[in-house]
Amino acid sequence: MEVMNETVTLTNKDKFLSHFDLIDFSMDEDFSSDARKEAMELIQWLDFPTSKAEYWKYTRVNKIIKGNYKVSAPENEIEIDLSVPSKNCIVLINGYFSEELSFFDKTEGIEFSSLSDAKKSNSILGEKFNSLVKKDEIFADINSAYHQDGAFMHVAKNVQVEEPYYILNLVDDSNIVSNPRNFIFIEQGANAKAVLKTINTGNTGSFTNMVSEIFVEKNAQFEINKIQDEAEDSFQIATEQVVQGDDSTFKINTFTLNGAIVRNNLNIDSLGKNTMTYLNGLYPLKGKQHVDNHTYLLHREPNGESHELYKGIMGDSSTGVFNGKVFVHKEAQKTNAFQSNANIVMTDTATINSKPELEIYADDVKCSHGSTTGQLDKEALFYLRARGLSKDSARAVLVNAFASDVIEHIGVEAVKDEIEKYIDDNYHGIK
Amino acid sequence: MDKKIKGIEFLIALFRMIKIKNLHASIEGTEILRGINLEVKAGEVHAIMGPNGSGKSTLASVLAGRDEYEVTEGSVDFLDEDLLDMEPEDRSRAGLFLAFQYPVEIPGVSNINFLKTAINEAREKRGEDPMAAKDFLKRVKEKSKLVELDGRLANRSVNEGFSGGEKKRNEIFQMAMLDPKLSVLDETDSGLDIDALRIVANGVNELKTKDNASIVITHYQRLLDYIVPDYVHVLYKGKIVKTGPKELALELEEKGYEWIFKELEAVSA
Repeated sequence: MEVMNETVTLTNKDKFLSHFDLIDFSMDEDFSSDARKEAMELIQWLDFPTSKAEYWKYTRVNKIIKGNYKVSAPENEIEIDLSVPSKNCIVLINGYFSEELSFFDKTEGIEFSSLSDAKKSNSILGEKFNSLVKKDEIFADINSAYHQDGAFMHVAKNVQVEEPYYILNLVDDSNIVSNPRNFIFIEQGANAKAVLKTINTGNTGSFTNMVSEIFVEKNAQFEINKIQDEAEDSFQIATEQVVQGDDSTFKINTFTLNGAIVRNNLNIDSLGKNTMTYLNGLYPLKGKQHVDNHTYLLHREPNGESHELYKGIMGDSSTGVFNGKVFVHKEAQKTNAFQSNANIVMTDTATINSKPELEIYADDVKCSHGSTTGQLDKEALFYLRARGLSKDSARAVLVNAFASDVIEHIGVEAVKDEIEKYIDDNYHGIK
Repeated sequence: MDKKIKGIEFLIALFRMIKIKNLHASIEGTEILRGINLEVKAGEVHAIMGPNGSGKSTLASVLAGRDEYEVTEGSVDFLDEDLLDMEPEDRSRAGLFLAFQYPVEIPGVSNINFLKTAINEAREKRGEDPMAAKDFLKRVKEKSKLVELDGRLANRSVNEGFSGGEKKRNEIFQMAMLDPKLSVLDETDSGLDIDALRIVANGVNELKTKDNASIVITHYQRLLDYIVPDYVHVLYKGKIVKTGPKELALELEEKGYEWIFKELEAVSA
C-alpha cells in the first residue's frame, strides 16, 4: 500500500481499505499472494460505483462503504445452535475459519476444508484460483485482495453424494467487515449439493463481501442453496462466478431473508454444450430492506437450457431490484432460455425495479422473459374471506402460494422446511 | 334492532334467517339495487330470477360483503345481527355462504388445507377446539362423494385447472364442508351441462334441512326443475317486482319477462 502523507485527505476508498491494513497475509501461498497483489493493483484504478453506473443504478453503495468497521477474529467461544442436517459443515466467523465449530466426515472422493488449508496442498486451486472473478468489479477485487478464509469443496470424478455440504458464515460482533471466499470444484460426472448460509447472531452494522468461484465440469450436477439472513442493519454483497461444462446441470436458489442492503451478483458462464441452468430466488422483504439481484447468464454453446425464476414479496418500505440478463451467443443455437420475475407489492411505500433482458445473436432459439408486479389477487382474497378465513390468514395463504413454486425447487429438505417456516412465521401461514 | 319482541313475533323472529329491508347499493356512483325487500325463513328455498343487469349478482355480492359495492340505504338482519356491519369472514362464520358465479382459481393453495383453516378459524371464534384430523378427513370423504367430486380434485389447488362443472361442484362441496345456515347460490347453473346441473342440484337438495335456507339466483328456470323453490321473485332494475309460487318460474320460461314489465308500466301509468 502507498504510504499516506498525513495532511492528505483520505478518500472513501482509502478509508474503507484501511480496515484491512492490519491483516497478516504473510503465510499465504505464492499463487494466492500473487492474486492479492494483482487485485490490489486493480483496486488502485477502480472506484466505488455510483448510481451513474448502469450495473449499480438502483443500489447506492455509499452507506456500505462509509461504515466504520473492524476486522476481527473472534476470541470468545460462541454459544449457538448450529445443528445442521449434515456431517459436513464449515463454519466461518467474521470471515475466519473456526476449527472448533466446523466438523467433517471424511468421504472418499470429497475434499471439504477451509480455503486456507486447501491452498497449502491442492493443485486445482493453484491452477484455477481467482480465474473466474471479474477484474473490473471493485468489490470482487477487494475480496480477492483481502479475503481471510472461506470454504473449499472438491468433488472428484463421478462421485455422487446426496447429503448437503454446509458452509455457515457467522457474523459474531458488531461493525465487522469480512471477505469470505469460497472455491467449489465439481468434477466430471459428479453430483453434489451445498448450503451457503449467512447467519446473524444479533449484532449490528456489519458488511459481508463474499465471493464464490464455482466450477461444474462435464456432465456434473451441482445445487447450491444460498440463505442470506444478515442483521437488519447489516450489508452483504455476494458474488458467485460459475462456469459450466458440457452436459452439466447447475442450480442456485437464493433466499434473502434479512439485511439492510443485500446485493447479489450471479454470473453464469455456460461454456459447454447441452447445459442446464436453474436460477431461483425469493426475497420476502420488510422494513427498509433493499435487495438487488443481478444475474448474468451467458449461453456460449448450442442446446443449452436455462430457467430463471425470481419472486419478491415487498412489504413496508422495502425496495427490490431485479436485473436479469441472458446473453445468447451466435454459436448457441437451440438455446431455450426462460426468465421470469414476479413481485407482490403489499404496501404503497414498497418499490420494485425489474428489468429482465435478453440479448440474442443466434437465430434458432426459444427465449422468453417476463416481469409482473401487482398486489395480492383481490378476487382470491375475497373468495378466501367469504369462506371464513380472516383477512390475515387469507393474505398469508396467498403469499405462501406465491412463494411455493420457488420453494419447490429446493433439493435439500431441511432448507425447504426452513424457508417454508420462515414464510409461515412471517405471514401467519396455514400449517 | 328492536329486541322487545313478544309472543308470536318472537316465534317468527326465531325462524327468520334473513330480513332485507329497503336495500340500496351502488358501484362507482351507479345505483344498482334500489330498495330490495326480502325475508327468508329457516327451511325455505327462494329463487331470484331476472334479466341480465337487473341486480341479481349485485345482491349476492352485497350480502357476502364484497367491498366494491357501497350500501347507501337500508338494512340486512341476519340471525338477529346487522349483516352489513360484518366483515366477509364474520358473515361466513355466522353461517352465510355464497356460491360464486365465477369461482376463483387460486394456484398453490390446497383446497383441503384452506377449508381446514376456514373451519378451524370459525371453531376457534366460537371457543371450540380444532376439528380432529380424522373427523375432518371423514367429512371430506363424505361430502366430496355428495357432489361426485373426485378425491384428487378435492386435494388440488383451489379450482386450478377445473372444468366449469368441477368448479361449481367444488362450490357445493365447500358449502357442504362449511354447513351454512343460509346459502346464496349465484347463477350456480350457468354454463353447466345437464349432468353437472343434476349433481349440483342433488347436492343442494341433500343438504337442505328444516334449519337452513337457500337463495337461488338464476337466469333460467331449468335449475328450478331440480331445486324446487318455495317462492320465486322477479328482480328488475334493482327491485323485486313480482313474487309468486314455483309455477311463476315456468310462466317466465314460457312467456319471458316482458309481460311483467308491461304490467308494471300499466300500474305506474
